[in-house]
Amino acid sequence: MMVEEGLKMSEKQVRRGAAQQKLLAFASLIVLVVGFSLASPRFFQIDNIMSILQATSVNGVLAVGVTMIIITGGIDLSIGTLMTFCAVMTGVVLTWLGMPLVVGVVAGMATGALCGLISGTLVAKAKIPPFIATLGMMLVLKGMSLIVTGTKPIYFNDTEGYTEISQGSLVGMVIPQFPLPNGVLILFIVAAFIAWVLGRTVLGRYTFALGSNEEAVRLSGVNTDRWKMAIYALAGTICGIAGILISSRLNSAQPALGLGYELEAIAAVVIGGTSLSGGRGTVTGTLIGALIMSVLTNGLRVLSVAPEWQTVVTGVIIIVAVYADQLRRRSAN
Amino acid sequence: MTELVRMEGIDKRFPGVHALKAVSFDLRAGEVHALMGENGAGKSTLMKILSGVYQADEGRVLIDGNEVTLPTPRAAQDLGIGIIHQELALMRDLTVAQNIWIGREPRLSFGRLDEGKLNADAAAIFQAMHIRMDPRAPVGGMTIARQQMVEIAKALSYRSRVLIMDEPTAALNDAEIAELFAIIQKLRAEGVGIIYISHKMDEIKRIADRVTVMRDGAYVGTVEAAETPISRIISMMVGRELTEEAAEIPDLSAAPLALEVSHLSRGHELKDISFSLKKGEILGFAGLMGAGRTELARAIFGAEPATQGEVRVHGKPVRIGAPSDAVRAGIGYLSEDRKHFGLALGMDVRANIAMASLPRYADRLGRINEAELGRIARRYIESLTIRTPGDRQEVRLLSGGNQQKVVIAKWLLRDCDILIFDEPTRGIDVGAKAEIYRLLKELAASGKAIIVISSELPEVLRLSHRIAVMCEGRLTGILPGGASQEQIMELATRREGLAAE
Repeated sequence: MMVEEGLKMSEKQVRRGAAQQKLLAFASLIVLVVGFSLASPRFFQIDNIMSILQATSVNGVLAVGVTMIIITGGIDLSIGTLMTFCAVMTGVVLTWLGMPLVVGVVAGMATGALCGLISGTLVAKAKIPPFIATLGMMLVLKGMSLIVTGTKPIYFNDTEGYTEISQGSLVGMVIPQFPLPNGVLILFIVAAFIAWVLGRTVLGRYTFALGSNEEAVRLSGVNTDRWKMAIYALAGTICGIAGILISSRLNSAQPALGLGYELEAIAAVVIGGTSLSGGRGTVTGTLIGALIMSVLTNGLRVLSVAPEWQTVVTGVIIIVAVYADQLRRRSAN
Repeated sequence: MTELVRMEGIDKRFPGVHALKAVSFDLRAGEVHALMGENGAGKSTLMKILSGVYQADEGRVLIDGNEVTLPTPRAAQDLGIGIIHQELALMRDLTVAQNIWIGREPRLSFGRLDEGKLNADAAAIFQAMHIRMDPRAPVGGMTIARQQMVEIAKALSYRSRVLIMDEPTAALNDAEIAELFAIIQKLRAEGVGIIYISHKMDEIKRIADRVTVMRDGAYVGTVEAAETPISRIISMMVGRELTEEAAEIPDLSAAPLALEVSHLSRGHELKDISFSLKKGEILGFAGLMGAGRTELARAIFGAEPATQGEVRVHGKPVRIGAPSDAVRAGIGYLSEDRKHFGLALGMDVRANIAMASLPRYADRLGRINEAELGRIARRYIESLTIRTPGDRQEVRLLSGGNQQKVVIAKWLLRDCDILIFDEPTRGIDVGAKAEIYRLLKELAASGKAIIVISSELPEVLRLSHRIAVMCEGRLTGILPGGASQEQIMELATRREGLAAE
């Protein structure tokens, strides 16, 4: 009887801790939305909200992918240029080889998976610190995109329906009043899938366990190298999805693009309460983090704040968000 | 000879442990005073009090006959007390002289460093020690012995009159030991008092003037090194009465072999080790710190694979190159450091129990059957009486004894029938210890083959059906259960050089 009571208590406490973490980020998001809505009547319009969501989709997908890697205690700096390289490879398959749409999409994702696997191998087998391994990959992939394209963008004018991948609205066809862009729908599907992987599967459990105590996992007889490689490969696949999204939105694969996206994605993850030291983190948090960043950018633009100041504010927000999380954790202990 | 240091009635408690019980100690100028005792006897704690790292709860410390307080390491340094720790604390990328004067660099105007004076001062110290050393050489590339010389020079740079050395020869070869002893002799001749902590009996005979023995945090006695036979010092070290029950030794003559290890070697750490273990048997491993017991366990388990030798499990040879190979063969390893190597502290009891067997409870998509895992976790919580509010509790919130049980549950769930326990009761309080002992005996009775590595002799005696003793990477003997502590200590201190004589 006593034990049962204790059990209920502790489960409640555990849930409360996790909820608190998300609540903090979510509350900041609400405060921002309410603040901007009061400051400008143009902010809380359905069009503007949709454009915020649309702007979140690429960064959000990248951030969700890198969330997994960060939970293992690693980092991936190559996600931005990998995204571009995947877009380029999709362009090669669709525009240059004239293959069907599905093949192009699969090619983009496969490119991501393969490059992720290479990063994962460098980290797990060659024991190169993730920061260095993925820094190298970042530069290699940036160069590869430029080499493959001859530094010129590849346009998707010949592929029918390619822009629909991101710009169209399946939801709008069912509910005309709510034209949710497909890009956002894809973000939500990717997020839901990764949340499921993290919460319900062996891969997810080992993701947290690796970040919590890698040596203990290895000494449990788990082949930690193989799981780590799988995690990097999955994150790479998601970069492939981001590459398809961004090239669909631009109707072209821009080989010079990509650098800087990795830092924005990592910022979203961190704002969402995922610890850079590994072992804890949530996909919902990352989604909220990505939304906070695009709400901020959009809101400041609506208020006609100069773009250079927008960058400064974003930086401050990152520091404040992480500091707030530190305070919360300190008081929890 | 004048008295340099006198410690009287020193008492120190840590949460759950009475580390020092009214201990007394004294040191004269120009003597080498050996401080001996088993692991955990309180030697290091006493020395940390003398060097200002810890503060005594009771008792007083006199230097040159005057009572002093030692609130910080700095205060001890100012009184001329220097300590050379077992793990050297040097900055590898700095030079010898920079290491010696770290934090006290001679300065010129505008905060510029006076490198010339820095090096000259360091050179002067080495000259006084009569050893050759380039103050400008980086410490990183030096042998442990040379680094130790730098540590000694650093301690002397504080004008130390008292020098504490904690197992200084642990990593030295014979030639280096001879050099170190030459320096100790010179310092002694100059009137420095040296406190020498060591496990090595032959060294004590060579270098020490007096020997003080401690046991279980209490002072046992002080004797003249030259006139006291080694056997008497050993009996002072282990002389506690065995109040705990001895192991009941079951008849295992018909039991099949579970594990056979033959000629296992790895570098200097493991030298040609062979033994076997039967189903239902508890084989204890005794030895002093650094004897190679943990290294042996990690080699058998594949955490740091052996370079030579063979391991057979249930009669079949197995190649163990990684922990996953060992686990597949049914070998589980419970590390001495649960928190770093055994548990994911931030994860819950259920996840930790399932850690080694997750894929078995997942379907083809990799989905985990949480309901099933929960049932299993609760079954182990009940059968091993793990005290936790539930299977979703984070393990960092459990006590040491209950954390240990979670690790045991992890290996039982993985169907491991050979279990290696490395210091199974370290950091566990007395009540929980008895429970872990009972659990180990039950596991053996149910047919598990068990290895227990322990630095506490009573623990080894209480649990083991046979006792393997190691010294410096070699297995020096296997004793039957119920052997005396003196027999074990004799094997544990049987060094290679001595054995040859």
